[in-house]
Amino acid sequence: MGKTFEKPEALSDAHTHYCPGCTHGIIHRLVAEVIDELGVRKRTVGIAPVGCAVLAYNYFTCDFQEAAHGRAPAMATGIKRVRPDLIVFTYQGDGDLASIGMGEIIHAANRGEKFVTIFVNNAVYGMTGGQMAPTTMPGQRTTTSPAGRNVEEVGMPIKVANLLAALQTPAYITRQSVLKPKHIIQAKKAIKKAFTYQIEKKCFSLVEVISTCPTNWGLTPVESIKWAEETLLPYYELGELKTPE
Amino acid sequence: MQKEVMFAGFGGQGILFSAKILAHAAMEEGYEVMWIPSYGPEMRGGTAYCMVIISEKHIGSPIVKNPMHLVAMNRPSLEKFAPVVKPEGIVLINSTLIPVRSGRSDVDELVIPVNDIAIKVGSLKSANIVALSSFVARSKLVKMETLRHCVEEEFSKKTKLIPLNMKAMEEGEKAVVNLKE
Amino acid sequence: MRKVLMKGNEAIGEAAIRAGCLNYFAYPITPQSEVAEYLSHRMPEVGGVFLQGESEVAVGYMIFGASGCGERVFTTSSSPGISLMSEAISYIASAQCPAVFVNIIRGGPGLGGILPSQGDYFQATKGGGHGDYRLLVMAPASVQEAVEMVMEAFPLAEKYRNPVMILGDGLIGQMMEPVEFPEHLSSKPTNKDDWATTGMDTRKSDKPNVVKTLFLDAKVLNNLNLTLKAKYDRMKKEEVRYEPYNIDSDYKVLIVSYGTMSRVCKTAVDNLKEEGFEVGMIRPQTLFPFPETAINEAAGKKSCKTVVSIEMSMGQMVEDVERSVLGKRPVEWYGKCGGEVPTPEEVMEVLREFGK
Repeated sequence: MGKTFEKPEALSDAHTHYCPGCTHGIIHRLVAEVIDELGVRKRTVGIAPVGCAVLAYNYFTCDFQEAAHGRAPAMATGIKRVRPDLIVFTYQGDGDLASIGMGEIIHAANRGEKFVTIFVNNAVYGMTGGQMAPTTMPGQRTTTSPAGRNVEEVGMPIKVANLLAALQTPAYITRQSVLKPKHIIQAKKAIKKAFTYQIEKKCFSLVEVISTCPTNWGLTPVESIKWAEETLLPYYELGELKTPE
Repeated sequence: MQKEVMFAGFGGQGILFSAKILAHAAMEEGYEVMWIPSYGPEMRGGTAYCMVIISEKHIGSPIVKNPMHLVAMNRPSLEKFAPVVKPEGIVLINSTLIPVRSGRSDVDELVIPVNDIAIKVGSLKSANIVALSSFVARSKLVKMETLRHCVEEEFSKKTKLIPLNMKAMEEGEKAVVNLKE
Repeated sequence: MRKVLMKGNEAIGEAAIRAGCLNYFAYPITPQSEVAEYLSHRMPEVGGVFLQGESEVAVGYMIFGASGCGERVFTTSSSPGISLMSEAISYIASAQCPAVFVNIIRGGPGLGGILPSQGDYFQATKGGGHGDYRLLVMAPASVQEAVEMVMEAFPLAEKYRNPVMILGDGLIGQMMEPVEFPEHLSSKPTNKDDWATTGMDTRKSDKPNVVKTLFLDAKVLNNLNLTLKAKYDRMKKEEVRYEPYNIDSDYKVLIVSYGTMSRVCKTAVDNLKEEGFEVGMIRPQTLFPFPETAINEAAGKKSCKTVVSIEMSMGQMVEDVERSVLGKRPVEWYGKCGGEVPTPEEVMEVLREFGK
């Protein structure tokens, strides 16, 4: 009998540092499976953000660069422009991409840079310890919004995928989640589509992935999934926002 | 000996360009040269000036307090720079636009109706070349032949303008010869 | 090769191409935008990459990404733009990637002005970005020298896997001088397969390369800093460059001056010599490493009474001059900034005063 389940080649043997119940592990695996299935591991360069996924290069078995906070799309641009033959993806969180790195992601998307961005949105800064993010929900308590996000003061959470989908340059923009098995299957399809577009030199792709952060939300992993479904999904609607065709 | 020429006028009068042609010609004749533009807010429509330094040996300072010669295409330029020209230097005055004179008795004042000549030649735009030609005819910093060759080379991407500017060269030179007579 | 009359900024762009650098990312800023304008048509002609980034911040990381792939890459900017790139420069130095940055300095601080200045000496030689790193800093005094330094900068950046900065000023960028381009550089980046993210396929390797700057373990980070320090120490041994001027005379005053300012000083030295007043000069061509020994020795000459640092800033390089002279002679400073370059006459007057 053959193996029914094994670790993708694009993932290393290292144990991740992610908290129990964190969904980064799932998303890493989906990216790795796609890289394996498309056979591009040996010409892929990943870009790690600043945030929980900063150590992503320990978990993937392809070349990696590590960016400063928010600058991954600019680095990816540099790589892709001088080595268009490489397959490049950035892996960024919401503080990294939607706050400090908003300028870089908008301009990279608008130039139609041919790389993939995996945007993990869990509505909070993780690595720095649960501060408010641009994607934090109204009323959501964080270490820097102890009374809950006050939208009168700091505005509404940013729907990054919708924002980027408004650009006129052709792109693949989609919002997925990894909260339920059926979501995970969909998310993988989207990631594969994004990498395929890159291989075909077609367009920039962003896959926003609604995710959880039990530690900083102060919930158990199961409660986290429930909270995400009830609070995040109604606001951050899943689906394809833009395709290049 | 080092010679400095200050070209000055309105932005749009082709000051930087005619200065470049002189620097180019001097380089062709084996001199060390330097072309130093004024750059900045005045580039956008105000006064433009540009210094060309020509020397037989290595050029030191790009900053020159007292240039040897001045080519003044408008009145503010003449008023600003005539007082600092070295004695015995040439002060070319575009008399079409400048009703006054340098007020200096120790310089070689060269009064040429540059714009009138340019219009006669066929285009006001050639005024910078008329002035350059007159200046070189008088100063003999480079040979007229070298200058003509460099004008041609500088217009190599707009060849249809070459005949006009050759005519401007000719008339600019003639104006100086006529003065002497 | 025939000499061509070229503007400093354009010559810098052309020199990079002839050094085999076909990748340029930049953001416009006066007084160096002509580099971008020139390369926007030249790079496509030679099959190179030209990209105008959305900000100097982004450009810094485009440079980082490209250099992390082991490709020759450079950018040009001016003071405020270099401040924005300084974050990336710190990262590039930490990740030990080679890259070339050209700073055509304008007056500061803040928006300052757009005229020539040397006010970024500290920024270039002492940091700019955070952390313990150094740039190899070269300061041209002519368009010809700018071309030569740009062409040397790439192999030096690769030799040390460290960013190199060409520190010019607005005048070097804006003026035209005859230029003779050296032969095209034939060298190619070497050893990049050992560290760069070239893609495992292209280097037939099973080991991923990681370009990174996060070292959470104190010992590991200390070791990285020791490695960097060893490189900077090696630069101090191998890369110091300077030009002595009138140094065989019995000079009473020794000038230390670089870039455009040093040319004004040269004229002052020549004119004073005619008056029978001897002044010697050391012109640092590298600002880091700094020609400490040469200055120390020149200051020690018996005839020398005073050393004076002449710079288009309010006394930045003078600190390195003091550090080099080690108290052997009094060290003075003269300078101006804001865009007005001191004239030879002003410098002569200052020197006469110091020579009394």
